[in-house]
Amino acid sequence: MTFDVQKFRKDFPNLSLKVYGKPLVYLDNAATTFKPQCVIDAVSDHYAQGTSNVHRGVHYLSERATIAFEHSRQIVQQFLNAKTTQEIIFTRGATESINLVAQSFGRPSFKAGDEIVISHMEHHSNIVPWQMLCQQTGCILKIAPINEKGELILDEFIRLLTSRTRLVSMVYVSNSLGTVNPINLIIKEAHERGIPVLVDGAQAVAHQAVDVQALDCDFFVFSGHKIFGPTGIGVLYGKQKLLESMPPYQGGGDMIASVSFVKTAYNVLPYKFEAGTPAIAEAIGLGAALNYVQKVGLEFIIDYKKELLAHGTKILSSIPGVRLIGTAPEKAAILSFVLEGIHPHDLGTIVDQEGVAIRTGHHCTQPVMDFFKVPATARASLSFYNTKEELNILAKSIYRAKEIFHA
Amino acid sequence: MRDELYQQTILEHNRNPRNFRKIEGATHAAEGYNPLCGDHLWVYMKVDSCGVIEDASFEGSGCAISKASASMMTTSLKGKGVQEAQILFEEFHKLVIGELKPDEKPNHLEKLTVFSGIWQYPARVKCASLSWHAMHGALEKAKTVSTE
Ligand SMILES: Cc1ncc(COP(=O)(O)O)c(C=O)c1O
Repeated sequence: MTFDVQKFRKDFPNLSLKVYGKPLVYLDNAATTFKPQCVIDAVSDHYAQGTSNVHRGVHYLSERATIAFEHSRQIVQQFLNAKTTQEIIFTRGATESINLVAQSFGRPSFKAGDEIVISHMEHHSNIVPWQMLCQQTGCILKIAPINEKGELILDEFIRLLTSRTRLVSMVYVSNSLGTVNPINLIIKEAHERGIPVLVDGAQAVAHQAVDVQALDCDFFVFSGHKIFGPTGIGVLYGKQKLLESMPPYQGGGDMIASVSFVKTAYNVLPYKFEAGTPAIAEAIGLGAALNYVQKVGLEFIIDYKKELLAHGTKILSSIPGVRLIGTAPEKAAILSFVLEGIHPHDLGTIVDQEGVAIRTGHHCTQPVMDFFKVPATARASLSFYNTKEELNILAKSIYRAKEIFHA
Repeated sequence: MRDELYQQTILEHNRNPRNFRKIEGATHAAEGYNPLCGDHLWVYMKVDSCGVIEDASFEGSGCAISKASASMMTTSLKGKGVQEAQILFEEFHKLVIGELKPDEKPNHLEKLTVFSGIWQYPARVKCASLSWHAMHGALEKAKTVSTE
């Protein structure tokens, strides 16, 4: 059965946009994805027909909002195959989830000289929270190196695991290289040494099925907006035992069982980590987004994106002067590249005039840019609603840039 | 439709940047860095005892807009007084954010008006102004300026 991309494209109102009179070709899906109508409806229905706070009222609307909000938590739990909904904490996004772990898991117990291992291909959001923790506690950040293809050098990674390692925090799918890390192996090696692992799944969730129990990871984070959901909502999955042992991240309403000026008792999981009024409409929207992914069928999405990646790799490689950055055999549909004689920023502006939206810059992975000795790259990141024709338009607009620059 | 960004003058200065070198014994120098796009350059000036810019140059890497802007800046700075350079900085700054319309208001920008359409490309304004901020910083004795 062939994947009927045109049918699904109709679900995304943004895909029919025109820019500068030309059909929009949106190839910046690693930054954020478009939202299907059902997600937009779920969010607007909450505001139009059900605005209310959650966990706080006995009245009809509040009860209904609470049910919808908690139902989304269940959808996330099933999506990740977590054991219970208590292990699903709603946050603002992957970034906040990582900061939560750094401050609630790391800060109270990591000591000076303890070590945290990350990789050279991390997003800044999986670097800076640990650097801050290092400043606070005196622990040390160790960086597992990558090779010319943009793959983690596994032996070197394993060598970094010592009796002082307290946590491995690793990206599953790199946003700037597309590399899919052998996360199973990484977790196995760490666990053999009793080291917990946080998986940054920001790019992974839209790329492949995730089963946190099968992975046996200790923490898993992602953002709703990269998987067709709203911005401002994300998830921290954590093993119940670990989450229970951690103090709250922020204080406020919802995260308490009882408050007096003498003693405050914290609420149970997951509420202990959800201080204040949460992003209710966004959480409901995330539930709708994950349901949508199930409806389309993640397995079809995966296969079709492989096709797109192969096509994109082929046509980009055939353009003289193009150098792909990130050529790991295990790769998601992310094409980072540089073009001889044209700075990525100029390329971005020129293809934009042809209606093609790509990202240019360091993609919040400056160490990766340093490794490949480029100031920036251009990046086309694909979603299942993209087409081969759109990649051809990208290629054509690159040729247009070469013409303008005589490159 | 927006004005064409990549005009011939800009493309030409990008291909053959003027004063693309270091000045040994520069009296003023500063680094300009825009981490977001990776534009990274150094601006050098030699100012004589009367406050005249004898020589101006730049080095580094960046997009066509930042390179052409730096190249054209160094050419227009040479022979100018420090005060004039500061005025030019103010005018160029207003030009790239669209506050100064060169046809409507007297100015000293001359060839630099080739950047008059750049305000229509908000993401690129920083590229055009990077070297200018570095130059300004150098005259004010800041070592590194960042447009972030
Ligand atoms: C690999 C990776 N990790 C983390 C993040 C941070 O996500 P957010 O900005 O939604 O918190 C991103 C977003 O670009 C990402 O690609």
